Amino acid sequence: MTARSSGAIINIVGSILAIVVALLIGAIVIIASGHNPWEAYQALFEGALGTRRGRAETLVYSAPLLLGGLAFAVAARAGMFNIGIEGQLIVGGFAAALIGATDIGVPGPIHMAIAIVAAFLAGGIWGFIPGILRATTGAHEVITTIMFNYLAIRMITYLIQKRSDWLPVDPQIQGTDKVLPDARLPILLDATRLHAGVVIAAGAAIVIWILLFKTTFGFKLRTVGLSEGASRYGGIRWGMTLALAMGIAGGLAGLAGAGESLGLHGRHSSSPPGLGFTAIAVGLVGRNHPIGVIFSAVLFGMLSAGSPSMQASSGVSKEIVLVLQGLVILAVAAFEAINRMPFIRKLVTPARPGQGDRASEIGMSPEIEPRPSPPVL
Amino acid sequence: MSDFFTLALLTAVLRTATPLVFAAMGGLISERAGVMNIALEGLMLTGAFFAVAGTHWTGSPWLGLIIGVFAASCGGLIHAIWCISLRGNQIVAGTAVNLIAAGITAFLVQMIWGRAGGSDSVERLPSVFGGVNILVIVGLVTVPLIHVFLFRTRQGLHMMAGGEHPQAAESVGINVTLNRYAAVIASGALAGLGGAFLSIGNLSYFTLDMTAGRGFIALAAVIFGGWTPYGAFGAALLFGAAEAVQIRAQATPGFPISTDLLVAFPYILTLIAVTGLVRSSTPPAGLGKHASAH
Repeated sequence: MTARSSGAIINIVGSILAIVVALLIGAIVIIASGHNPWEAYQALFEGALGTRRGRAETLVYSAPLLLGGLAFAVAARAGMFNIGIEGQLIVGGFAAALIGATDIGVPGPIHMAIAIVAAFLAGGIWGFIPGILRATTGAHEVITTIMFNYLAIRMITYLIQKRSDWLPVDPQIQGTDKVLPDARLPILLDATRLHAGVVIAAGAAIVIWILLFKTTFGFKLRTVGLSEGASRYGGIRWGMTLALAMGIAGGLAGLAGAGESLGLHGRHSSSPPGLGFTAIAVGLVGRNHPIGVIFSAVLFGMLSAGSPSMQASSGVSKEIVLVLQGLVILAVAAFEAINRMPFIRKLVTPARPGQGDRASEIGMSPEIEPRPSPPVL
Repeated sequence: MSDFFTLALLTAVLRTATPLVFAAMGGLISERAGVMNIALEGLMLTGAFFAVAGTHWTGSPWLGLIIGVFAASCGGLIHAIWCISLRGNQIVAGTAVNLIAAGITAFLVQMIWGRAGGSDSVERLPSVFGGVNILVIVGLVTVPLIHVFLFRTRQGLHMMAGGEHPQAAESVGINVTLNRYAAVIASGALAGLGGAFLSIGNLSYFTLDMTAGRGFIALAAVIFGGWTPYGAFGAALLFGAAEAVQIRAQATPGFPISTDLLVAFPYILTLIAVTGLVRSSTPPAGLGKHASAH
């Protein structure tokens, strides 16, 4: 077995074990609250997968989480901790809704496409600026992206409440006007909320997989994430690559926002609190790999889609899902720690130095990818 | 306009700044010891919730305060275990603590009070000198205490040495691991005090997500204040003042400055500070770095 495939297997097993451990600890919390965890989990998965409507809801919740998870993963591959997904998503959703609610005199599909592109660009700018600040001034992206989250919220609140004179917004309902029917993402399944956003999300996962692993830019991006020194030595423009990675990440989060406003809600209204933070969990559990992120997005989508029926039938408050998300992150981190222990490393992977690079700190074992070899001179 | 800047405004500033002051002192001590603490938000929320729950269970806001601070310290301990012993990424651990805090408080609100939005009213901590809550005074006293501890005691200097250069500190016999644990747990306690002020000092109940990003603003205050206690205190006052003026300006027709600009003020100032455009703000050199490679 090659180092690469054994590393991938460790990551997959680690993620699955992390989910199991989180569910077990969640079960203890449910028992402590006086309910039956077996019934609760059964109701949860029954609600998410048992009916046609439930399965559609799972995909409705999975779509923004997949795009958000990709937004985390792309940045993480470049060694950047994108905690600004929330803000990028809001800005993208707002931009899409503004375009979607304005009659710009173009045919429907083009109108929709322009709105989606606007969301990508708006989110992309919101990600690119912290990226370029990091590259030029060294400002830590965790701080700048958090600040950009709040700037996004404040800016949009301001625009909605004070600028209804020149924007299609409505201060009364604290949102934008309704998106025109021709700019709405079409519904894929009758009598459900499943909209075409899930197709955009799946397509984005494939595009990002190709971008990361099959293009020169992707190679540069990953090299930048593994080592600033090696990438500069290899002639890669470190700062610009890093900023572009953040721009793409922001754009993906913006697309998630577009799906919410053009597809799910039909206007920009406040998105579910913390969607951007759940996306971090999705990226981490998916090991920042587009394929892994697909699976973890569907899993987290199931938790969100099934939680209302769990609350209805077993009485367990649906907020347990947030606890489960946090526990999954902690469990993934704990398995990383176990995986780093010397005797485990010897047992499962050939020795390879993997400490100190940024990408491996953001929830990826370095084993998932061989380290880039230095350029041959 | 002239009656806008009054004593009432000053007490309002203190009221909005106090949770930030507590959390900023917590963030400061943790960052100075070398552990990035974006879990402040969740730790504040934990403190806010358990202060109310504790008051509800015991009937005494003082016992509630202790329970709230204890719970937030436990949250700090979890953050510390993952950051220090498991050598995990400190941002990942902080994000997890924030998610768990948001989830567990909402879960318990539902369980204890049987509804989704928030808790029932409980008894508040008492006020002294005409309406100033006792925790406001405690907050004002905490700042010089932290300053003296960090810069005037052996323990504090050891703690900061572990944050500047963990390997060097270990090589002269300082127990960096122990110091970091102490700092992060203390950080949880302080953030918990800030949260408790919100729930049983300023108000008398808990609502979901009532910290509303104050943990992150406190972190910004630490950075804008250049990682010093008085600097962070000044920044917390400034940010608190922006919020207080904004609240009062909304009730004052014809106030000249856009209130939306005022609420964005802390974020813009922090961005300017971290990018070093105006003045440099240098974090502890060992921030986020693990101690010796075991």
